[in-house]
Amino acid sequence: MSAVVATAPQPRPRAAQSIWHHHLVRAVISIAVFLVLWELGARFKLPWVGQVPPPTVVFNTWLPLLQDPGYWYSWVQSSRRVLSGFIAAMIIGIPFGLAMATSRMFHDISFPVFEILRPIPPLAWVPAAIIFWPTQELSIGFVIFLGAIFTIMLNVLGGARSIDVRFFQAARSMGSSNWDIFRRIILPGVLPSIVVGCEVGIGITWNVVVAAEMISGGGGAIQSSAGGGLGFFIWNSYIGFSYPQIVVGMISIGIAGYISSAIIRKLGQTITPWARTR
Amino acid sequence: MNARAQAATKGAIRIQNVDKVYYAREGAVQAVSDCSLDIRAGEICMIVGPSGCGKTTLLNAIAGFHDITGGAIHLDGELLCGPGKPQAEPGPDRVVVFQNGALFPWKTNLENVAFGPVVQGKLGKAEARDKALGLMADAGLSGTEHNYPGEVSSGTRRRVEIVRALMNDPKVLLLDEPFRALDSLTKSVMHEALLEIYYKNKVTIFFITHDLEEAIFLGHRVAIMTTRPCKPKKILEVDIPHPRNYGVLTSPRFRSLMEETVNAVHEEAVKAFEAGEKEM
Repeated sequence: MSAVVATAPQPRPRAAQSIWHHHLVRAVISIAVFLVLWELGARFKLPWVGQVPPPTVVFNTWLPLLQDPGYWYSWVQSSRRVLSGFIAAMIIGIPFGLAMATSRMFHDISFPVFEILRPIPPLAWVPAAIIFWPTQELSIGFVIFLGAIFTIMLNVLGGARSIDVRFFQAARSMGSSNWDIFRRIILPGVLPSIVVGCEVGIGITWNVVVAAEMISGGGGAIQSSAGGGLGFFIWNSYIGFSYPQIVVGMISIGIAGYISSAIIRKLGQTITPWARTR
Repeated sequence: MNARAQAATKGAIRIQNVDKVYYAREGAVQAVSDCSLDIRAGEICMIVGPSGCGKTTLLNAIAGFHDITGGAIHLDGELLCGPGKPQAEPGPDRVVVFQNGALFPWKTNLENVAFGPVVQGKLGKAEARDKALGLMADAGLSGTEHNYPGEVSSGTRRRVEIVRALMNDPKVLLLDEPFRALDSLTKSVMHEALLEIYYKNKVTIFFITHDLEEAIFLGHRVAIMTTRPCKPKKILEVDIPHPRNYGVLTSPRFRSLMEETVNAVHEEAVKAFEAGEKEM
């Protein structure tokens, strides 16, 4: 803080320094260095990196795709699947976690089942999901749902457990009913953990959606070459020997995951304004 | 003086032969044994004793956070806990201010202070807000109302928490080493602030501390407790008239009371140290 005050009298040398210290500048530089190293590695056929198309080639493949509605349609498809599976996971996971945190009885009954199901990788559910659900779309949604729900539930449960016992005691001694305690202590107390759970959870949904789309053939939407989502886009590029396109698909997923985590983070900061102050 | 006379009507705590046995992993632990202490209505009673001697156990019993295994505690003649009712019901007549603070981080200071009357349904949101603003202004907290607790200094947080307790019009304030984590300069400011709040609000104060200077400076009486099991070893009348300010710290009377306390406490501290008791 004192640095800010000291900036006023002699702005020029400090300003140069502060640009270098700006996090956006650092981010751009780190990405640029990464791209340059990749380009050099690919051009000079270094081991491993030499197999990968260099970023310039990827970029040249990407540019025309930006005008291809099919490419954007895969974004929409995957985003729609992620969003629906994720929202379903929140709608079921948050109340379930809260119930487990507040009722010992409910916890004791449901926790063992929860703990057995939790280590099963979402992708292990794909064959069962395909058999079980009537459409491929529902199968993919279900697998995404499984990818997010355990993380969300576990964070809700852990968050509620870690609420300081003194908050409960203080609330009790000021005359709170059970409902007041739930509404005014547990809910706000668990909110930061819900945000963290969702941030991690949505990352997992992107891992899962891609694999699920590859395995289940893009939800049956194979009419256009890229109609089945970003995962299917990658798979299709692989089958068509279009290696630069594979990388385009991979980077697209990275960007999509980054954007969705950033949105959750932003929303989280808005609903937990106190969390920044600690 | 007028304040003291009025206060004499409510907030008397009678602790009679209280026992508390914990069942820990290493077996039964007698935390409090045959402890009797009369706290007069409207007085500041300081509880001093070695770490882990069972002072907080006593406070938790009065607050209703834990049960007792014997004896009885009355507040103004009404049974809080005792035969047939091992645990008191927590209530707004006995509000606790905790060692490390328990302001709700997700509420602003103002919302924290207004909390009690709102959940009790005693005041509407707007009325509670007005009353809270008034009390906060009295305690010198104007300008911090809309900050979150995490945004203000720890001294300010402690004051907000004391004001939050006072919002409930309690008969008794139960303070569990509230200033322990503060540096000594902030602490001295807090002592005067607490006395100022006390002179305005005339409540009984049950104040646990390790700090002997704090105990004598604030208290009407200082109860020195034995190491576990906890019971009063010596009760010291602090005959320095209120209102007090920091000038009394250098007075000869203060020094001699200090000496008396140090001797009594030191003996217990050595016993506690030798017994290797840990903080409960």
